[in-house]
Amino acid sequence: MTAQLDVPERDPGLPDPSAPLIASGDLRRRDAVSRAVTASAAVAAFLAVAVLAILVFTVISKAWSVLSLSFIFTNPSGLDSGGIANALLGTIEIVAIAAVIALPVGILTGLYLTEFAGANSRSGRFLKLVLDLLQGLPTIIVGVVVYGLIVAVTHRQSGFAASVGLSIVMLPLIARSSQEVLLLVPGTLREAADSLGVSRWRTVLGVILPTAAGGIATGAILSIARAAGETAPLLVLDSIYDPNATQLNPFGHGVPNVPILILTTSDLPSPSALTRAWGAAFVLLAAILIANVAARIMLARSRRKMMG
Amino acid sequence: MSALRLRFRAGSGTEANRAGRTGDRILFALCAGAGLLAVLVLGEVVYQVISGARPAISKFGLGFLVHSRWAPNFSAFGAAQALVGTAITSIIALSIATPLGIAIGVYLAMMAPPPVRTVVGPLVEMLAAIPSVIVGFWGLIVFSPFVANHIEPALHNVLGFIPLFGAAQTTGFSLLTAGLVLTIMVLPIIAALSRDLFLTVPVELKEGAAALGATRWEIIRGVVLPTTASGVAAATVLGLGRALGEAIAVLQVVGDGTGIHSSLFQPGETLAARIANEFTSPESKLHIPSLFYLALILLVIGLVTSVLARMIATRFDVHRTLA
Amino acid sequence: MIEPDDQTGHGPAGERVLGRVRIQTESLPAAPAPLPARNGGAPLIARDVVFDIRDMAVYYGDNQALGWTTFKIYRHLVTAVIGPSGCGKSTFIRSLNRMNDAIRGFRIEGQILYHGHDVYGAEVNRVEVRRRIGMVFQKPNPLPKSIYDNIAWAPRNLGMREDLDARVERALTQAALWDEVKDRLRDSALSLSGGQQQRLCIARAIAVEPDVLLLDEPASALDPVATASIEDLMHTLKNRYTIVIVTHNMQQAARVADQVAFFTLDPGADRVGTLVEYADTQTIFRNPRDTRTRDYVTGRFG
Repeated sequence: MTAQLDVPERDPGLPDPSAPLIASGDLRRRDAVSRAVTASAAVAAFLAVAVLAILVFTVISKAWSVLSLSFIFTNPSGLDSGGIANALLGTIEIVAIAAVIALPVGILTGLYLTEFAGANSRSGRFLKLVLDLLQGLPTIIVGVVVYGLIVAVTHRQSGFAASVGLSIVMLPLIARSSQEVLLLVPGTLREAADSLGVSRWRTVLGVILPTAAGGIATGAILSIARAAGETAPLLVLDSIYDPNATQLNPFGHGVPNVPILILTTSDLPSPSALTRAWGAAFVLLAAILIANVAARIMLARSRRKMMG
Repeated sequence: MSALRLRFRAGSGTEANRAGRTGDRILFALCAGAGLLAVLVLGEVVYQVISGARPAISKFGLGFLVHSRWAPNFSAFGAAQALVGTAITSIIALSIATPLGIAIGVYLAMMAPPPVRTVVGPLVEMLAAIPSVIVGFWGLIVFSPFVANHIEPALHNVLGFIPLFGAAQTTGFSLLTAGLVLTIMVLPIIAALSRDLFLTVPVELKEGAAALGATRWEIIRGVVLPTTASGVAAATVLGLGRALGEAIAVLQVVGDGTGIHSSLFQPGETLAARIANEFTSPESKLHIPSLFYLALILLVIGLVTSVLARMIATRFDVHRTLA
Repeated sequence: MIEPDDQTGHGPAGERVLGRVRIQTESLPAAPAPLPARNGGAPLIARDVVFDIRDMAVYYGDNQALGWTTFKIYRHLVTAVIGPSGCGKSTFIRSLNRMNDAIRGFRIEGQILYHGHDVYGAEVNRVEVRRRIGMVFQKPNPLPKSIYDNIAWAPRNLGMREDLDARVERALTQAALWDEVKDRLRDSALSLSGGQQQRLCIARAIAVEPDVLLLDEPASALDPVATASIEDLMHTLKNRYTIVIVTHNMQQAARVADQVAFFTLDPGADRVGTLVEYADTQTIFRNPRDTRTRDYVTGRFG
């Protein structure tokens, strides 16, 4: 039953519309290309996961024989036996001091960007540029600079110098993540407080910071995890210390720490020293990965709280 | 509520108001002070590097950049070897990490089924969180022998006529190994940023392309990639910055390089690795200033890549805190 | 003459089923009563069936969006799908070229036969479906390329590389855009006005010479002048293509359509969209059979 209107004839080169809707000829080729691309992309993704798996698995399997509670809680005795307690304590202490320096400065910087610098103000854009530049600094440069400022002057490496170096590494990360979180606080909260005549600082302390607290904490955890693994600054600021003793005074003394422990033990010929290095690597890696996972979960929860 | 309003607004002289204003001023001072501190830190970093390098700059001038002899006990210093090594390792890392990273980004953003996406995405990001000392340690013990025993001979067999792929070394400590280790560190950065970018392409654009009878790859090639091109470029530059500045992992696998070789399988040096390696044990008076001079070069490169990445990314809201 | 066959009765589970309209036949007796000016005075003669929709239902997860829909769409006619917002018009039209496949939880029941082939058949290739059934969307969505490349993109993918210039010109002419852009084909498509962009989208859809053009509220984002130009296109385009147009604007349907399908959301049936009535334009607007149709077209609701 065909129509009897004068419909212009379809170009005979084009496919007949009433042919079945299956892939034919050129489309089969195009489909094959598309499928090949998808497959390659999937391979790339699984390659990345494989590398991660190999790395983690290597660390675990090589560290296995030395892992135990005493490994974590006893000090080393010589280079190839004993635990890593002093290094663990040292890293915790150095990173904690770095956080005490970097967190307030970073959060206040983030506050400045959201509360006082307008969206397109010159000071805001300049500060963001500075933070980006700080974030892109090679960490070895941060190390040598703090060396010049502290170690060269006091003629000794110290845990405190290391903390200062790490705080410089942490600062831009905390500032940016705080700023992102603070931006998410609904403008309506600020408006409500303003309309009540509440002064700005009360609003910040009483409303904005508490609302953003979860997200800021997440950013802090991620920055701390990052700082815990930073080795380059430590190499020039805190690599000279008694490896067998606990040292908790960061001022004027080198404090044992895990990254340097791994670095110096990793190319020793003794197999037991190597295993200890793997053990230390395992502890460090586990702590960092757990912190990352925890931060991710916290982030999802706090985002939901603020949006919902 | 109205009583409250009255109390807070009544006249400029009420106690509550004055306390409010003082408090506001203190807050502003604290915040602005923090911002100022950040600026001062950056300034101090630049100043320290320049002043630390000054003795070497005045001794060697710009010729430092092209001299390749680095012999600290003879006070012979030249940056060329480190520059070449930095360039080569970064090129290796980026040539592999960029296409792979973009492919992973495309896969995660447009192809992976939702359960795969939620698992593989975070796993790729975790790769970026591994401290460089651990990656370097693994590179030292596990990866270098693998490179020396499998990758280098294979490359030599296939491409040995090119001087780049000379005879394999026994240790596997080479520019190639360093480049490959850097690839592992740069890949997740590019992959995660690319994925985020591809997810920002508006659905209507993708649907419009699909409605025109295009296969998935044609949509990616014709719409997704062109739209995000400058953002992906910025992500690549950020990855480059990471590769350039990495000292520790490179230090552990790049070997003890002397001189510039034509083969990738020979040991070498990079700017960051050399600084890290020799800073604590200087061998002559000009050693540390020369290292600062290297640091100055590295600093300039690092700042330029950061600025470049920002310029490229200004059209996109690439906000991401990668651990 | 087309006999709308109203069947309201009870469904298999005993519930009251509303508004199932089935068009009886497409073959005609010898002496049809000529219908007025809508198709230029020509008698409405037998035509090819392009879409034979049978008991079509759409679900998103557990929610049913569209209820049992059965009717036929004819070749070289403009078929308008009208109804209040949310009644499933977009869902319906997007199902015709499988644009809903990407939506999570999408499930379709019943059959959509395109020239006798099930659009959702096992061997069917989505890309081939869209090759023959093109779509223009509510908001103009030109590719971020030049005007020329927007039109040429799909033909290039399809391997139509000879006479690309001629093809582009033809498409733009059919879309009544050629004169306005012929001197600036290399300019970005985003530099065009809204109405021009939409005509560009129409042009690029017809550049590959599909069989069917689906238009999902093509003028709703446009001003009246641009809208008028789009509507004028319908009259010429239907000579080459079969057109299905979704519109919430009744006057627009009255102006451009040959056949009209009226959908509505029946509150009693859990917000499921259903086809209420399907007939030629005159009948729907002058002489609707269903009270809901009458209420809608006379503006008593929605």
